[in-house]
Amino acid sequence: MTNWFQRFGAAWITVFERLGRAHLFMLQMLLALPGTFRRFGLIVKQLFATGVMTLAIILVAGLFVGMVLALQGYNTLVGFGAEESLGALVALTLVRELGPVVTGLLFAGRAGSAMTAEIGLMKATEQLSGLEMMAVDPFQRVFSPRMIAGFIALPALAAMFSAVGVLGGHLVGVELLGVDAGAYWSQMQSAVGFEHDVLNGLIKSVVFGFVVCWIAIFEGADCIPTSEGVSSATTRTVVYSSLAVLGLDFLLTALMF
Amino acid sequence: MNTITENGSTLVRIKDLHFQRGPKRIFRGLNANIPRGQITTIMGPSGTGKTTLLKLIGGQIKPSQGSIEVDGLNVASLGRSDLFALRKRMGMLFQSGALLTDLTVFDNVAFPLREHTKLPESLVRHLVLMRLHAVGLRGAKNLFPAELSGGMARRVALARALVLDPMMIMYDEPFTGQDPISMGMLLELIKTVNNALQLTSIIVSHDIQEAMSISDYVIIVSDGVVVEAGSPAQLKGSTSEWVQQFLNGLADGPVPFQLAAPDYADELFNSAGDA
Ligand SMILES: Nc1ncnc2c1ncn2[C@@H]1O[C@H](COP(=O)(O)OP(=O)(O)O)[C@@H](O)[C@H]1O
Ligand SMILES: [Mg+2]
Repeated sequence: MTNWFQRFGAAWITVFERLGRAHLFMLQMLLALPGTFRRFGLIVKQLFATGVMTLAIILVAGLFVGMVLALQGYNTLVGFGAEESLGALVALTLVRELGPVVTGLLFAGRAGSAMTAEIGLMKATEQLSGLEMMAVDPFQRVFSPRMIAGFIALPALAAMFSAVGVLGGHLVGVELLGVDAGAYWSQMQSAVGFEHDVLNGLIKSVVFGFVVCWIAIFEGADCIPTSEGVSSATTRTVVYSSLAVLGLDFLLTALMF
Repeated sequence: MNTITENGSTLVRIKDLHFQRGPKRIFRGLNANIPRGQITTIMGPSGTGKTTLLKLIGGQIKPSQGSIEVDGLNVASLGRSDLFALRKRMGMLFQSGALLTDLTVFDNVAFPLREHTKLPESLVRHLVLMRLHAVGLRGAKNLFPAELSGGMARRVALARALVLDPMMIMYDEPFTGQDPISMGMLLELIKTVNNALQLTSIIVSHDIQEAMSISDYVIIVSDGVVVEAGSPAQLKGSTSEWVQQFLNGLADGPVPFQLAAPDYADELFNSAGDA
């Protein structure tokens, strides 16, 4: 029994110790920002690696999600004779919720896991130690550029997700199911407010970008430098950042709407 | 004991070094002096903390007690910018080479120059090609690290470590996993580089014959302390049984072949239940 308590306590101590290290790590990344901005090329390179490489999956996913929303929405709305509101429904759902959330989840799976694996491998092959021994700060050179890139990429990707989703909704709602095109777009325009909807959605995606990158980079840098260590760190990144996105989404929604 | 270093100048002075990782005490009062301008090899069984010792010298980790002085500076007490300034004067060759995988060989070697100097690109090119030529790999300048063999990667890493003209260079297990030809090349390179550039070289290794053949001074570490130190000839003549077992690679001696275990017959016949 005491044994069980001991292990329970030890597990929690480990968790909090790790959390503490993660926060110190974040602080070091922030402190490295000035040095990072002097290496602007690195940020651009990471923007390509995280943003552009995730673009295809985001666009395809956005299209399908928009189409599904239109199908489901139409079937419900038509019962009330309110199918003109389809545009508003699709756009609000995307901009407020699904855009940031699904983008956050896909980003965690595609870019986050890749970041963890890459940094973990750099650690396992002594590249990080090598940088330190060459008097180069890995925070400036490796970690912070990825953080900034993710921070910029995720909101941009979420915006594209929503935009493509609205088009997918148009495709199914207007072209396929025969909702009036004018109604689709004008209802959307009047229902979606900039501050209440677009800005709040943007804030969500910025927060998700921050958290997903933080988890991904920290897990990579903190992994046990062996093949098993890197692979379990990659798994942890996807699990933790997906949960973080969903949990934070609830929190932010409760605060915003 | 330290015949060479008492009189000559010492570059790295390790005093009463203690270090532990978790419950494991890796160093327990290690003392050693590494002479300037020579090749010193630190030997010891794997897992004794040779890599850890190099990291301590490079200031990547701090001792829990005792001190390490490099060129008169106490590494652990240096601030960040002083530490970085010192590291620019130390080259380190990691076991795997630690080349940056997203850069070509040329860019890897140019990396320290581009990070730490404002030299014009034409001069960078000159310096890089010169170092690559010295390690015989000018022809590989456009390859990526993944396309190099292990021996080539180490030579490129050597070129990179040399490009800032350091005062000393540390090699972590440079001979492990090398075929006889690249082994010969590495040995030759380490020796020529040390003499031509008037460096201080510290090699960490358990390839005894190879390391002894080019070293001026050898330090044998085991169990957290220096067991014996001296010139290769002095060590070969050592009367310590442990040193003889280690140097000659004997399977049994003071270090038993068998890890401590219950009696063999007992275990075979009496305790069938708990295996
Ligand atoms: N990052 C680390 N965390 C915990 N223990 C470590 C770490 N690095 C090395 N060790 C342990 O420290 C000891 C010495 O390691 P190392 O210096 O790599 O030995 P050597 O290079 O002589 O083979 C080993 O027992 C190793 O398991
Ligand atoms: Mg080692």
